[in-house]
Amino acid sequence: MKDMILEYIKNEYLDEDEAEDTDLNENTPLISGGIVDSFSMVSLKRFLEKKFSISIPDDEASPQAFDTVTSIIALVNRHLAKKGA
Amino acid sequence: MAFDYEQLRREITWDVGKRELGYVEGAPLNLGYLCADRHVDHGRGDKLALIHEGHEGGVRQFTFRDLQQLTNGWAHFLRGSVFIRQLDRVCLFLDKSPELYVGFLGILKTGAVVEPLFSAFGEDALVARMLDSRATAIITERRHLGKVRKARERLPDLKTIIVIDQEDDSRKLREGEIEYRMMDHREDRFTIAPTYAESPSVLHYTSGTTGAPKGAMHVHGSIFAQYLTSKVVLDIRDHDIYWCTADPGWVTGTSYGIIGPWALGATQVVLDAGFSSDRWYETIEKHRVTVWYTAPTAIRMLMKDGVEPVRKRNMTGLRHMCSVGEPLNPEAVRWGHEAFGLWFHDTFWQTETGSIVVTNLPGMPVKPGSMGRPFPALTATVVEPKTGQPIAEVGRVGLIAIKPPWPSMMRTYWNNTATYYGKFLNGWYICGDQASVDKEGYFWFCGRDDDVINTAGHLVGPFEIESALLEHPAVAESAAIGKPDPVNMEVVKAFVALRPGFLAGVDLELDIMNFVRKKLSPLAMPQEIEFVDKVPKTRSGKILRRVLKAKELGQPIGDVSTMDDD
Repeated sequence: MKDMILEYIKNEYLDEDEAEDTDLNENTPLISGGIVDSFSMVSLKRFLEKKFSISIPDDEASPQAFDTVTSIIALVNRHLAKKGA
Repeated sequence: MAFDYEQLRREITWDVGKRELGYVEGAPLNLGYLCADRHVDHGRGDKLALIHEGHEGGVRQFTFRDLQQLTNGWAHFLRGSVFIRQLDRVCLFLDKSPELYVGFLGILKTGAVVEPLFSAFGEDALVARMLDSRATAIITERRHLGKVRKARERLPDLKTIIVIDQEDDSRKLREGEIEYRMMDHREDRFTIAPTYAESPSVLHYTSGTTGAPKGAMHVHGSIFAQYLTSKVVLDIRDHDIYWCTADPGWVTGTSYGIIGPWALGATQVVLDAGFSSDRWYETIEKHRVTVWYTAPTAIRMLMKDGVEPVRKRNMTGLRHMCSVGEPLNPEAVRWGHEAFGLWFHDTFWQTETGSIVVTNLPGMPVKPGSMGRPFPALTATVVEPKTGQPIAEVGRVGLIAIKPPWPSMMRTYWNNTATYYGKFLNGWYICGDQASVDKEGYFWFCGRDDDVINTAGHLVGPFEIESALLEHPAVAESAAIGKPDPVNMEVVKAFVALRPGFLAGVDLELDIMNFVRKKLSPLAMPQEIEFVDKVPKTRSGKILRRVLKAKELGQPIGDVSTMDDD
């Protein structure tokens, strides 16, 4: 899951030069680091919902929840667990 | 002492601003000098001008003497190495780095015109603005160089790309690209270009319903209004630490993130990091911010986390708070009072007005949800849309209108004089927003008079979005409207009819969203796409956005006699 999300962020939110200059890992700050802004978060949320067949309520799609890939994975896992329950 | 608006009307005139800035009618005047060198000349060179915090937490500080020397460095470089001449357009395409703030004044010292560009703009948004302005140089950073390089192929007038953060181990720069490291270039002297109050200074592009974005041209004399409104409305005083959260890619970030506060010699904080409530409160606490100018969208995002995070911080230094960008809803004003013990003072203005025109003033009783009253040095009213006649009747909706001239009003739309003259009616400048006025003279916002989308305080033109959508291979027809949103006021919603062979679905929706985001900007990206069989149009092919908007809001569609129903 981690690699898939990192790959998506690299391809969609960083351009070529930027991707080479940015050390992107699961703890890189995405929102507070200016890589993904609050508007672009919507397309990232849509990607996660589609990829993992979950629905993330808007009030859970906060800048904090989307700030690192680690926090995004935690959010996705919570919803996957809910779905499985 | 009771608030006396009429007394302020008598006391506060544009001449006060001119006098306090030491202006002599007809003498040379330069924004760069007034915001930097003047303070050094008055013995305040050691005062802090800028406290800059990067997203990784590093803090850099600059005094007014630093500003003077570094703006001289920029100006020498631009004139001597890039051959920038007076009235050339020079773009700034940077995140909120010190180079952006200092470079802004450096460009003005050369007599060239600054064209700020929001750093999240995509390639097409850059091209539309730079092609129109015929900019000859752009100052950027490695992070955005890829977009600039792609745009350059379509910009025949662009001669030089200046990169502020080239490292020895970075990939090589290409022909026409030049490195500039601001901190290595301090100069004590520079012969400032002979600019005057009416000399062009800043070119800010703004969106309308139709056509490409329009460049609102401002002049050096705008500082009289930005100085006075910063002093009277934002109430910035000598010992204040001021924080304007706006990005200088937009007009608030230049008028009140550079010109106004530095004309006053104020110390200001810049946080170059994405939004996070914790980080924002930490900034106020850590840097002891006393005056804060922010936006309704940000306030509503802070509201989501409640008042507890505010109470955990020591923000007792905060004494005045203002808001701009879109109407501030009463709930947000009340929440601000509950959380901080202070009112958010809503202010209204736009790219074209260059400075605050309708506002809540310090000491004035706040009516939550109202835009306030006209800035005392100018005359504003609401007028009949067809005749431009002022409306005397209390509570009746009309168009917000300002009596020209005032120092910071745009002088023209670049390359578009006809549209500029179209902004005036019966001797009034028409803002394009609807409001009513109550019996105490407070203005109450009712909505836009056109199809422009106000998302998080930024205007986005539907035509630009529709044009970008049509470039996607799957899209046959498109329309864009502003959909009401509890946080951003409006977000972009697109209606798309597909070409044969394409199937509507989440994959395609995501692809189209990202396509528009990369071409234009995240603000322009549709947050929702509805696939339709066809887009409603008139028989002459004009998109009927009002029909789509009425359907979206569940309102009556109105007259559709001109609709093409084939």
